[in-house]
Amino acid sequence: MQSTMNILTSAGPVAAAQVRLGWWLVIVSVVVIVVVGVLVLVGAFRSRDDAGDRYRIVREGGGIRWIVVGGIIVPAIILAATLAFTIGTEVATAAPPADPSVTVEVIGHRWWWEVKYAGAPSHTVVTANEIHIPVGTPVRIELSSADVIHSFWIPQLAGKTDVIPGQRNVTWFQADKPGVYRGACTEYCGLQHANMAAYVVAESPAEFRQWLQAQSDSANSPTDPDAMVGLGVFQRSACGACHAIRGADALGHVGPELTHLASRMTIAAGALENTRGNLAGWIANSQAIKPGNDMPVMALSPGDLQALVSYLETLK
Amino acid sequence: MATTTVPGQLPERLTRIWETAPGLYGVLASVDHKTIGRRYLVTSIIFLLLGGGEAAVMRLQLSHADAHLLSPEAYNQLFSMHGITMIFWYAAPVLSGFSNYLWPLMLGARDMACPRANALSYWTFLMSGVFLYTSVLVGQVPDRGWFAYAPLTEAAYSPGLNMDFYAIGLTFLSVSTSVGAVNFIVTLFKTRAPGLSVNRLPIFVWGTLTTSFSVLLATPALTAACVMLFLDRRFGSHFFDPGHGGSALLWQHMFWSFGHPWVYIVVLPAMGMVSDLIPTFCRRPLVGYTLVALATVSTGILGFGVWVHHMFATGIPATASSFFSAASMVITIPSAIAVFSWLATMWHGRPIFKTPMLFAAGFIVLFVVGGVSGVATAANAYDLQLTDTYFVVAHLHYVLIGINVFAVMAGFYFWLPKITGRMMSEWLGKLNFWLMFLGFGVGFFPMHTLGLMGMPRRIYTYSSGFGWGWQNMWVTVGAYVFALGVVVFVINFFWSLAMGEPAGPNPWDAPTLEWAMSSPPPDYNFEHIPIVGSRHPLWEDRLDEGTGRTVFGGPVLDHARDTFGTTPLDAEPQEILRMPEDTAWPFVLSLSILVIAYGLVFGAMWLAVLGVIGLFVSIVGWLLPSHEPTIPAEV
Repeated sequence: MQSTMNILTSAGPVAAAQVRLGWWLVIVSVVVIVVVGVLVLVGAFRSRDDAGDRYRIVREGGGIRWIVVGGIIVPAIILAATLAFTIGTEVATAAPPADPSVTVEVIGHRWWWEVKYAGAPSHTVVTANEIHIPVGTPVRIELSSADVIHSFWIPQLAGKTDVIPGQRNVTWFQADKPGVYRGACTEYCGLQHANMAAYVVAESPAEFRQWLQAQSDSANSPTDPDAMVGLGVFQRSACGACHAIRGADALGHVGPELTHLASRMTIAAGALENTRGNLAGWIANSQAIKPGNDMPVMALSPGDLQALVSYLETLK
Repeated sequence: MATTTVPGQLPERLTRIWETAPGLYGVLASVDHKTIGRRYLVTSIIFLLLGGGEAAVMRLQLSHADAHLLSPEAYNQLFSMHGITMIFWYAAPVLSGFSNYLWPLMLGARDMACPRANALSYWTFLMSGVFLYTSVLVGQVPDRGWFAYAPLTEAAYSPGLNMDFYAIGLTFLSVSTSVGAVNFIVTLFKTRAPGLSVNRLPIFVWGTLTTSFSVLLATPALTAACVMLFLDRRFGSHFFDPGHGGSALLWQHMFWSFGHPWVYIVVLPAMGMVSDLIPTFCRRPLVGYTLVALATVSTGILGFGVWVHHMFATGIPATASSFFSAASMVITIPSAIAVFSWLATMWHGRPIFKTPMLFAAGFIVLFVVGGVSGVATAANAYDLQLTDTYFVVAHLHYVLIGINVFAVMAGFYFWLPKITGRMMSEWLGKLNFWLMFLGFGVGFFPMHTLGLMGMPRRIYTYSSGFGWGWQNMWVTVGAYVFALGVVVFVINFFWSLAMGEPAGPNPWDAPTLEWAMSSPPPDYNFEHIPIVGSRHPLWEDRLDEGTGRTVFGGPVLDHARDTFGTTPLDAEPQEILRMPEDTAWPFVLSLSILVIAYGLVFGAMWLAVLGVIGLFVSIVGWLLPSHEPTIPAEV
């Protein structure tokens, strides 16, 4: 799984424009630092013509030109250029060039992301921590929060937009090529702020439509005996009080929807890869993995636990 | 006014008038600005060491991926207390310490204009810090970061007393900063030596003056926000609760409309210190004094118009965002003026690299790095990428360490000989500088690249897949080298107390008034109040500065605790001000506020009421006319 969050490796027009501005800022900064650094060093070590009393007080004139040129004129020119570049970039990235073909609603929770595709294709699709988008077209992201302020950031696609309770912020981005782009919550939101990743999966429009269709299906009823036992464990343990599974009478809305859990790459907002062992470990004692999260420690017998995981693995 | 002349030789008479009583009472009752200044310096350095210790533990946790040294609770408490301690209880108070100690000496006065308020300012600073750290004793430490965004800080998401300590602690501290600011402003406009017109003030004085106005205008926003937060948490109001008609963003606007001016509050006096010591070591007056003074004041003013650059990602419209982006770039110009004034002073002077100058030169470089990274974060379109990453952590440490700590170190090496009467070791000083400068570069520069590589700030752990590990190890190693530099400073300080060469009045051959008396200065500062004739009273004979000559054998004022009251701009003598006697009431008043604070935070209303009673009693006691004769009787 790709796991870079490098700002400088942009993969879409918004981030690309921001990175161009970024390189300008980096280059100007380095030049300014080097020039001033050299001026300090040379000013310190250059030899003076008069070798008289080192402590003699001098008052030669002409220094004011330094301030006028170095302190006012040159910085004013650099800053004006930088400001023009900045505002140009801001304007160019503020709105998408064409109407977005897809709108995704992203809701920040402590500490995971709920992801909704309204009305698509027959009813709203709900998933978590993984945002699938078609490549080559702008995507509209509507952000809201279920609790505190979070910030939504997929560095290779766009800068941050805060996720603020009582306010709906809208942003957009576009992925130019297929891939998985990792993001994270970047506004400190409490104990597990560090473990609140989001992934954008950019795929061809056909693959995206296919995925959306699959996500809108209800969960399959398990046929494997072990998984059927697992469904019983799921129901008996009241997992549905917090988690929803369409087709299994589980309607909870506290934790992430699990209808297609097995189709996701990670669990616990990127804290773990979605493997059988990790799922079992998470259910048995999530508090050891991500202390403070809302998932209680489930005291299940090893047999029940394995059966439950088998059931969850059928939720493709 | 009494007219009896106190008998005895002049210095003895003045000492008897100005000295503080011995014993515990004297400790609690002293209103001497030098005592208060020293206490401010020592206390703020203790907070620096506390905040540094917190950072040192954090850096162990972050030194490699997937570390398990600290629990997330512990990490969150450490980074919060590190920020709160450094920004509120170290960075500004240490400058207040310098200002308190140096202002009357630089201004040719016998004390600050309001010595008792000065004592109050110190005691509330100390006790608010004691209050804040009580949270550690009861195990409910603030853990929401130093800017504590609502609604995460509301009771629903932060149960426990943690954030109550934050809200009440900062409210408490604001008493100290506000009282201190009023005192500086009154002192400046009222008690300068005759002839010390505003165009002759040291730049350091300009810096503290500017920030004192900023404190008065900015602090109320923070205090109000903290009170509102406390009301939300404990009394059921909903200021920051969007679920009940409040606003989550309101906190950010209030906090940053305080917070950004505060950034300048913790750097402008520090820049002033450097502006004053560079000329001493370059053996010439500062180039562009007037421009630098104006730049200082305009930075303070512009500092109120840039706060939204902390909030570019909150969804504000592009037009508003671009306005604040532009304002944040404009504020670079006054800083550039200062930088090129220092450079010109070096180039047109002949620098002598004693330890203070070494720190000042390092400061210039770090100042520029912190400045250009500030421009990068001011560019709103790119800040959307940079904000809340380690790039910002790098930027703010270049500002707060580069511009505050390095200037403070320069200031200590420069002025401690005046304060203690002993020289610091040059050898240890240079070791101190290089450990701090190299440690800082190794430790904090990689934070820029970590930010560009996408590392968010305020995460207690990270996985190994991002390639952040080795740079974080660098950061940790560099931070420890830097910390070693701080240790060397402490050693050097104690070494100088024990074995330092006596400093004499003016060890650096500096030009300003604070070097005109013995080191350490006598209780009464100046035997004769100087009549100031120029910007460089101690260099006049060697500068062709026209006809201005300072008179050091001027008026004595030895009847009681008297100092000159002068006109605000030209410092023409107007009156003789009778200064108050020592008193322990400011201490009792501060103690009463501490009791109120404990009462509020622990929900013990009887305790709060007790504190309020103490508060009123101490105000009355403070204001009662003194029955003591103002002139000490002949023994």
